[in-house]
Amino acid sequence: MTELKYIGKETPRPDGPDKAAGRAHYIHDLSRPGMLYGKVKFSEHAHARILRIDTSKAERLPGVQAVITAENTPEVRIGFIRDNFALKKGKVRQFRDEIAAVAAIDADIAAEAIDLIEVEYEALPGVFTTEEALADDAPLVHEIDPRGRPRNDNRLPLRFHHESGDLEAGRAAAKHIASGDFSTPVIQQSCMGTAGCIAEFDLNQQLTIWAKTQIPFLAQRDFNQALADMGLAGKNARVIVSALGGAFGSGLDTHAYEFISILLAHRTGKPVKIVYNRDEEFAYLSPRQSSQVSITQGCDDEGQLTFREIQVWQDNGAYTSWGATFPTVMMLPATSLYRVPNIFFDAKLVYTNNTYCQAMRGYGNPELAWALESNLDDLAEAAGIDPFELRLRNCNQPGETTPMGLKVTTCGLKECLQTVADKIAWPQKRSQGKRRGVGMASLFHVGGGGRIYRSDGTGMILKLDDFGNVNVYFGGVEMGQGMYSALSLAVAEALGVKPEKIFINPTDTGTCPWDVGTHASRGAFMACNAAIAASKKVRARIFERARALFANEAKKNLKKLHKKNPDFKAADFDVEAEARNGEFELQDGFVFLPAAPDESWLRVDLSQLLRAIHFREQGEMITAEAFYDPPNELPDWEKGYGNMSATYTWGTQGVEVEVDTETGEVKILHLVAAHDVGKVLNPQTLKGQTYGALAQGIGYALYEEVLSEQGRILNPNFRDYKIPTVAEMNFPIDLEFIETNDPEGPFGAKGIGEPGLVPTAPAIANAIYNAIGVRIHDLPITPEKILAALKNK
Amino acid sequence: MKIDLSFTLNGSPINTSVAVDRRLVDLLRDELDLTGTKIGCEEGECGACTVLVDGQAVNSCLFPAPEVDGKHVITIEGLGESDNRLSELQQAFVDQGGIQCGFCSPGMILSARALLNENPNPSQDEIREALGGNLCRCTGYVQIVDSIQTAAARENSDD
Ligand code: FES
Ligand code: FES
Repeated sequence: MTELKYIGKETPRPDGPDKAAGRAHYIHDLSRPGMLYGKVKFSEHAHARILRIDTSKAERLPGVQAVITAENTPEVRIGFIRDNFALKKGKVRQFRDEIAAVAAIDADIAAEAIDLIEVEYEALPGVFTTEEALADDAPLVHEIDPRGRPRNDNRLPLRFHHESGDLEAGRAAAKHIASGDFSTPVIQQSCMGTAGCIAEFDLNQQLTIWAKTQIPFLAQRDFNQALADMGLAGKNARVIVSALGGAFGSGLDTHAYEFISILLAHRTGKPVKIVYNRDEEFAYLSPRQSSQVSITQGCDDEGQLTFREIQVWQDNGAYTSWGATFPTVMMLPATSLYRVPNIFFDAKLVYTNNTYCQAMRGYGNPELAWALESNLDDLAEAAGIDPFELRLRNCNQPGETTPMGLKVTTCGLKECLQTVADKIAWPQKRSQGKRRGVGMASLFHVGGGGRIYRSDGTGMILKLDDFGNVNVYFGGVEMGQGMYSALSLAVAEALGVKPEKIFINPTDTGTCPWDVGTHASRGAFMACNAAIAASKKVRARIFERARALFANEAKKNLKKLHKKNPDFKAADFDVEAEARNGEFELQDGFVFLPAAPDESWLRVDLSQLLRAIHFREQGEMITAEAFYDPPNELPDWEKGYGNMSATYTWGTQGVEVEVDTETGEVKILHLVAAHDVGKVLNPQTLKGQTYGALAQGIGYALYEEVLSEQGRILNPNFRDYKIPTVAEMNFPIDLEFIETNDPEGPFGAKGIGEPGLVPTAPAIANAIYNAIGVRIHDLPITPEKILAALKNK
Repeated sequence: MKIDLSFTLNGSPINTSVAVDRRLVDLLRDELDLTGTKIGCEEGECGACTVLVDGQAVNSCLFPAPEVDGKHVITIEGLGESDNRLSELQQAFVDQGGIQCGFCSPGMILSARALLNENPNPSQDEIREALGGNLCRCTGYVQIVDSIQTAAARENSDD
C-alpha cells in the first residue's frame, strides 16, 4: 500500500466547530411554519382492558387541533413481527402503552389536553418476570398473534439455537467444571438528546419526516407501510436525519410516537412535532433488555476448554422490537470466543407486562460476556490455572472457522491479552492483597458488517463539481460516533483530494442511496469501503477523460508560467503522448503523470480539469455511485450457523480495583483496554469512541439499572438513574489499539463502535473476586450486593 | 402574566417581556431563538442548559427568566470571536476531541468558561470539580478534560 496521507492521523472532526458553537441543529431545535406540538397519553396500568376513553374535554380546549385514539384512526401496526400498534385498542399491555394523542398550537396546551383525556380501565393481572410469564396459568399478554391466531402461552415465536460437537463427550472429557447463573438489568441508553420527530404532509399526500433514527431506509419502509395502512398506499415517506444527540441503539426501530405524529400530521394537515422530555424518555422509550444466563464450562487438566453450555432467558416486555433478536449477537461469543469444540446455546424469549425493550450498543454481547467471562474465572479457579493463562491457552487464531461457521480472517486476541497483562502488571498485582485486585475479560464481536437482514449493503454517491468539491451522499447516520470524520478521511485518501474539499450531505432518503442502518459497529467499515469503491470509479472516469484533455490544460499552465517568468524552462516532455497512455495519479486535488510528478505545470488542479470535462461540447459531469455489500452470510438462527460478518473484532480489558469492605464501594484504580481495531482511521475519534464506551461499560457494571415495580418505572430521571459523571471516570485509562490490517477492512480497519463496553463489567467483577474473594452474579455491582456477598462468604 | 425585562445578552442590551413562570431556557430557546442552549433533563441534573449569569454558570432550566433583569447573560452563541470564528476555548474542544454528538457541548463549554474566568490555571481535579454537574454519555469525559487543559494553556500563553 502506498503511504497514507490522512488515514491514521489525529484529525479534528468536521462536525466539531458547529457543535462547539451551538449551531448543530437537533430535532429539538427544528421547527416548521405552522407546526403543531403533539403529545401522547400513556397507559396508567401495566395490563388492563380499556373500557372507555373520553376525549371530549380535551377536544374543547382552545388551541387543540386534533385528538386521536385507536377508535378514530386507521390501525397502524409496528415492530418487525407486527405485534405492536401505534395506538392501543381494547387493552393495554404495559405501563407506557400509547392510548391517545393530541396536537395543539403549543406544547403547554398539548400537555394540558392530555390531562383532560379520561380513560376507564379494568385492571388485569399481569406477568412481570419470565417465571410468572411461563407459569401454566399465566395471564396472556397477547391473546392472539399478529395473524389473528389464538396464542396459548407467553413464548415469543423466535428461536435462537446452536449445537455443535458432542456436548456429552465434552462434559465427559472435562476434568474441571464451573456453572453459574448470571443476570443483567434493564438499562437506559440515556442519550443526552431525547427522542423526537416532526412529520409533515404536502398536498400530494407525500410525507416528510425528520426523525431521530439510525435506520433511515428501514424507517422509510416502515413509514410507507403505515401510509398504506392509512389508505395512502403508494405514497412515500422521505426521512431526513438531523443532528443526533446520541443514539446507542435507540434508533434501530421505528417508534409509536413517530407513527402518532404521522397520524396527527395527516389529521390536521399541519406539521406535527413530538419530542420526549427526560421523564418520557426514561419511562416510555424502550431501554436495553435484561437477561438471565445459565452457563456451564469445562476444561481438561491442561486448561483446554472441552464444552460450553448456555441457556438464555429473556424478558421481552410487552412487544417486539429488533432488540428481541439480541441472542443472534450473544451467539457469536457463545460459539466463537476462545476455542471450544462442544457447544450448546439456546435462547428463549417471553412476553411480559414490563416495558418492551430495544437495542443498545453491544446488542446482547455485554449480557453474554458478563456470564461467559465471569464463569471463565470460576473455571480457572476450579482448575487451579491462572485466568490469564487459561485464556491464552484457548485463544483464537487467524484462519480458523469457528463452530458457528464464522471465518476468522485476522485475530489480535493474543496480543490484546498479552498487552493487558503487561500494562496491568498481571502476576504481581494478582497477589497484592489489601483488598486490591486485578481482573480481565475479553470480547468477540462483528467487525465487518453484520448481516441480520437480507441486505447488509450500503450505497455511496460522490458528486464532483466545477470547483473540485466532492459532495458525499451516504445513507448512514452520524450520531456522535465520528463517522463523518472517518468517511471524509476515507474519501480524501481514496480519491486523492484534501479533506476540506469534502462535503457530507445530511442523511436524507430522498437524496442518499440505501443503507441498512448504522448498527452492528458497521458505520465506518461500510462507509469507508463504499467510499473506496466509488472513488475508484471517479478516478477511472476522470483519468479516461484526461487522456484527451490533460495535455491542453497542462499547456495552459505552462503558458501562465511563461507569462509570469519568461525564462522558465520546461522539461522536455511529450505530454500528449504520455497523457494518451491514460496513466495518471490524483493526489491532494492535483492530477499529474506518474512519469513527471513534480513538474509544476504538469500538475493540473482537479477543478480545472473538471471544468474542462464539463464545459465543452459533449461534456460530462463526474458523479459516481457504488454499492458495497460485504462478503458475509445471513445465518440460520435456528441452527446457529453462518458467517455473519466479513471480519471480527477482538479485545481484552484489564481492571485494577480496590474494594472497601466496610461500605462495599468499588474504586477503579486503573483500566487497560486493548482492542484489535484492524487499523486506526482517526486516532482522536477512535479514542473518544472507546473512552465513551468504557464509561458506558462502567455504568453497566456499577451503577445503572432501570427499576420497576409491577411494570411501572420507578427512577425515570438522572437523580435516581445514575450514569457515570466526570467524578466516577477519574482513574488512569490506557487505550491500546492492535492493528491487524484486515484484508476486507477499508485501509485494514474493522468496526469498533460497540466493543469498548462489552467486557468491562466482567473484568471489574473478576478484579473484585481477586480483591476480596466474592463472586457477583447480578449487575449492577452495587455496594449492597458486595456487602451481602461478603456476609455470605 | 408578563413582565418587562432589560438585560445584557451576549454583550448587547435587550428589552423584552416574558411570562412570569417562564424559565431562562424557555426565554432563550423559544422567545429569542437561541437554540444553542440545550435541554437534557429540565431538573438541574445534566448541565446541558448551562449559561452564564453575571459570570456564574447556572442551569437555565431552573433559573426563572424574570430574574435576569439587569444582569449579564452569556450563552454559547455569545462565546465566539468576530468574523464567525470560535473562541479559543471552543476551538480547544474541537482540536482535542472534546465533542462527539455535541449535545452536552454548549453546557460543558460554558461550565469550563466559568471555571477559567475564575481560575485561569486549573488543575485536573479543579476541572473535574467544575464539570461535576455536566453529564456526557458519549465521551467518558477524558478528551473534555484535555480540551479544557489545552484551552487554559493557550489562553495563558496569549496574555
Ligand atoms: S436541562 Fe437543565 S440541568 Fe438538565
Ligand atoms: S458529546 Fe454526546 S453527550 Fe457529550
